[in-house]
Amino acid sequence: MENHKHHIVEYLTNLYVWVGLAVLTIVTIWVSEFDLKMLTVAVALGVATVKAVLVLMYFMHLKFDSKILTVMVIVTLIVFLSMIVFTFFDYTFRA
Amino acid sequence: MNHSIPSGGFFDNEGKPAWLAWLTTTDHKRIGLLYFYSLTVFFLVGVILGLLMRLELINPGKDLVEAQTYNGLFTLHGVIMIFLFVIPGVPAVFGNIALPLLLGARDVAFPKLNLLSWYLYIGGAILALSTLLVGDGPPDTGWTFYAPYSVKTGTNVSMAVLAAFILGFSSILTGLNFLTTIHRMRCPGMSWFKMPLFAWALYATSWIQLLATPVVGITLLMIVVERWLGIGLFDPALGGDPVLYQHLFWIYSHPAVYIMILPGMGVISEIMPTFSRRRIFGYKAIAYSSLAIAFIGYFVWGHHMFTSGMSGPARIIFSILTFLVAIPSAIKVFNWLATMYGGSIDMKPPMLYALGFIFLFLIGGLTGLVNGALATDVHIHDTYFVVGHFHYVMFGGTGFAFFAALHYWFPKIYGRMYDVKAATRAFWVLFTGFNVLYFPMLVVGMMGMPRRYYDYLPQFHLPNLISTVGSWITVAGLIYMIVVLVKGYRKGATASANPWDGLTLDWQTDSPPSKENFDTIPTVTEGPYEYK
Amino acid sequence: MNTNNTTSTHHEHRDDAARKMGMWLFLFTELLLFGGLFLVYSIYRYLNPEDFSNGSHHLDVFMGALNTMVLITSSLTVALSITAIQKGNKTLALRLLAATIFLALVFLVNKYFEWGHKIHYDLYPGTDLFKALPPGEGLFYVLYYFMTGLHMLHVIVGAIILAVMGKYIKDDKITKDNYVLLENGGLYWHLVDLIWIYLFPLLYLIH
Repeated sequence: MENHKHHIVEYLTNLYVWVGLAVLTIVTIWVSEFDLKMLTVAVALGVATVKAVLVLMYFMHLKFDSKILTVMVIVTLIVFLSMIVFTFFDYTFRA
Repeated sequence: MNHSIPSGGFFDNEGKPAWLAWLTTTDHKRIGLLYFYSLTVFFLVGVILGLLMRLELINPGKDLVEAQTYNGLFTLHGVIMIFLFVIPGVPAVFGNIALPLLLGARDVAFPKLNLLSWYLYIGGAILALSTLLVGDGPPDTGWTFYAPYSVKTGTNVSMAVLAAFILGFSSILTGLNFLTTIHRMRCPGMSWFKMPLFAWALYATSWIQLLATPVVGITLLMIVVERWLGIGLFDPALGGDPVLYQHLFWIYSHPAVYIMILPGMGVISEIMPTFSRRRIFGYKAIAYSSLAIAFIGYFVWGHHMFTSGMSGPARIIFSILTFLVAIPSAIKVFNWLATMYGGSIDMKPPMLYALGFIFLFLIGGLTGLVNGALATDVHIHDTYFVVGHFHYVMFGGTGFAFFAALHYWFPKIYGRMYDVKAATRAFWVLFTGFNVLYFPMLVVGMMGMPRRYYDYLPQFHLPNLISTVGSWITVAGLIYMIVVLVKGYRKGATASANPWDGLTLDWQTDSPPSKENFDTIPTVTEGPYEYK
Repeated sequence: MNTNNTTSTHHEHRDDAARKMGMWLFLFTELLLFGGLFLVYSIYRYLNPEDFSNGSHHLDVFMGALNTMVLITSSLTVALSITAIQKGNKTLALRLLAATIFLALVFLVNKYFEWGHKIHYDLYPGTDLFKALPPGEGLFYVLYYFMTGLHMLHVIVGAIILAVMGKYIKDDKITKDNYVLLENGGLYWHLVDLIWIYLFPLLYLIH
């Protein structure tokens, strides 16, 4: 398990990711000008999540590192999201 | 007979003054012992506070202390016992000492970080204890620091809360260290399912420490900021919701209950096969049930809030999930019992404490279901039934597992053996005292006596009297146990490397182990408990 | 920490994967630290949708967007810096790190003006203006200060960490063959970016 070769993320790859992040930032600001009603939160968080995945996979090298790290990240996110969902079980049904 | 303190193996100071060698050590065994000694001191402080509370409750009315003093007593008793003894207890002491040995490693993954955890622990402990001496008196909120009272009270809540924050950080670093150690430092051949079950338990525990503790960290910070700036996050007058504080608090503090009990269960899983001379029954079931408890345990926090005004559906969901968590716990108990079946059982003190654990944990666990059921909880919420229940789990469970581990690894750590017969007698005194102390609480709680008061109605007198007498027997048992162990430490006969005939790697090296643990890193070819 | 007293226990054997895993585990705790605040935000937003929307309208989207770009770019420079050191280009790595720290400072200056502007108009807990706000809007600003404040603290810590990494590169403690420390520093910095990626829409955009 030791010597898996270290993958080097090329300069250009990083640059492309940056362009992607910048474009998504503009998109999310642009979209926020419209009244999407129910979808406002979902769209904003959806775009943010795409950005987050880009950062995680490329800038933070998850795509190239040992898979166990990705599993850990996913477990952590599941726990975090469930924590929010379970709290909402209370607030959603309050009389 | 030896007549000096242990000096071989990792006790060698290598020419440095003893205090310097100990305070700057990065050896996991020494750090474990640093935890052990400091933890014992705080435990005894907690015991004394508890003893004072029981003394106040020996008769109805005021006997010893004022109401306000009593409020301070139970808050500090809770804070000290929970944050300074039970949470760090088994993992910080025996996890530190035994985990690398069990894995066939030379140390944990980050030895310096390990030492830092201890210093943070001591820093937090000093801060917590100094609330007694400085400022406007010890906090009187209970260890839960419920808002809005914790925001309004004039007592020294900010300092206690900061102490809890620092202690939490220490706990996180220990968890992080163990996780990395287990992932990266298992010896050659030790696949996940050849790993001793104590390591599995620590693995599950460490994940909870890592993922739950930060939530209480930020919550406690909110309380401090609230006190300093009056921002109103939990103040209904400013739009805040105090029940949200309870959510945030229990999102950590319920999983924390499993931080307390899981490592204890791991200890029992080591002791059962060794003293039954049998392969553990249901290895995988026990390993997986540790993970299951950790995972489900994350989502049952609402059962602390059944009477707080939480919505109906939420109460039902949390109640169902609470029942679910009993399943993996029961799986463990059944497997331990099945391990003993047909084994040649050796009733040495570690085994006695382990069996004591199972008995007391059973009572604690089953009374837990009474609390977890919605309808009954409304009746017994905030009564002594709850106090009885969690002492059965925390003290009868984790405490007895701690003592079991202590008697189990004592010869490994010090290379000396204690007086086995005397230790057995100490167990029986402690076990008897424990039940006399806490069982009446379950009864008087059912009768409706509320917790957290320094006074009670006359009809509750008898059970309280019995309970107070039980507290004296318990303390006598504790003192007896400590005397036996200290005697063993100072004058005990030399213990062999493997006095219990254990099969795990910790027993395959010297007692006390050398600084490097093993001369050569072992290679493992079969499971940890292959008794033939 | 202590450097003079480590003895022979430490072999010349290095486990980069372990160090990286340790860092990731630490990042999880950071995530859940902010997670508590995200939870409080989502509950109070759910309970006071109108007030939160009004509060959000008063934040300067331009400032928020500017800081978002600054942070994204700083994330790029730190990622490039790692690539540079992996390719053995020490000078470039150092320059990129310096750029990252510079961008961190730009972020902080922007935040200073943003906060300063609000504080100038008495928009902070305790003032008469603040007490006159609808409760939900007050909560929104409290959370705004709390979340961006905690984030700011992380920006400062991250910048310091990266400065130390720069020193290590200079001293050749971080090299072409031994760069896990820089990777870990980078991971921390990216986490700061990740948190902001969510803070920005939650605070500035969701009207």
